Amino acid sequence: MKLMTAQQIIFLIVAAFTLGSALMVVTTRNLVHAALWLVSTLFGVAVIYALLNANFIAVVQVVIYIGAIAILFIFAVMLTRRDMRDSGPQLNSNWWLGAIVAALVFTGLVFLLQGWSGFTGTAADLPSGFDPIGLLGEALVSPEAYVLPFEVASVLLLAALVGAVYVAFNKK
Amino acid sequence: MVPQSWYLILAAALFGIGLFGVLTRRNAIAILLGVELMLNAVNVNLVSFWRYSDVLNMSGQVFSVIVFAVTAAEVSVGLALVISAYRRRNTVIANDMDMLKF
Repeated sequence: MKLMTAQQIIFLIVAAFTLGSALMVVTTRNLVHAALWLVSTLFGVAVIYALLNANFIAVVQVVIYIGAIAILFIFAVMLTRRDMRDSGPQLNSNWWLGAIVAALVFTGLVFLLQGWSGFTGTAADLPSGFDPIGLLGEALVSPEAYVLPFEVASVLLLAALVGAVYVAFNKK
Repeated sequence: MVPQSWYLILAAALFGIGLFGVLTRRNAIAILLGVELMLNAVNVNLVSFWRYSDVLNMSGQVFSVIVFAVTAAEVSVGLALVISAYRRRNTVIANDMDMLKF
């Protein structure tokens, strides 16, 4: 058996860190701690993006997910409780059914993917002078590519934020 | 090089953990945390399919950027709904939010 390359070792460490943090997100009792474990999960996923040569996506992951969404979660946790602990169990009574369903979905996905011919394929080297950020920018605004979904996403964000302000507004 | 199967299995495991959180947590905010994990698993899949097929075709990264925007919208509306329900009912337990039940 040949030795693992450095990239494979880094991948395994990051993957173990990400999955361990994700398990803590769904099992820990204190919700503030769960939100902080979510931050470390998202950071692990950002490292995965960097390993995949998607540098822009990795930076966006840190800025949007960790910088905005995780902080929004922490604010919401702090706004919706009098003390920082919940009384009673954190999982509902048929949690074992949820565990079975999640395990079935995981094994089903792996089983389905194993039948796919490209499952163990390796990546080709990046072409020289490859500029993924420039290509991504062109793809987002080019009329032949994805300008319509891009604009629809911006309108969706605007509508969602106006709706969120309206729903959470205190009318008194 | 890392074969693509490793990324796909990681994404499947992350999706399963998120699904477990969505199905079993009682707190509505914790359910949204599980949804975040599932969306991240989908994004890992999209980016790995971009890297392991034609890298000059940016569809995978474009879709993951759009998933980011949809996630931001989902979280802001979801947390606003939870906060609004907490103001009216004084609870964030999903089982107690039964205003639409007969």
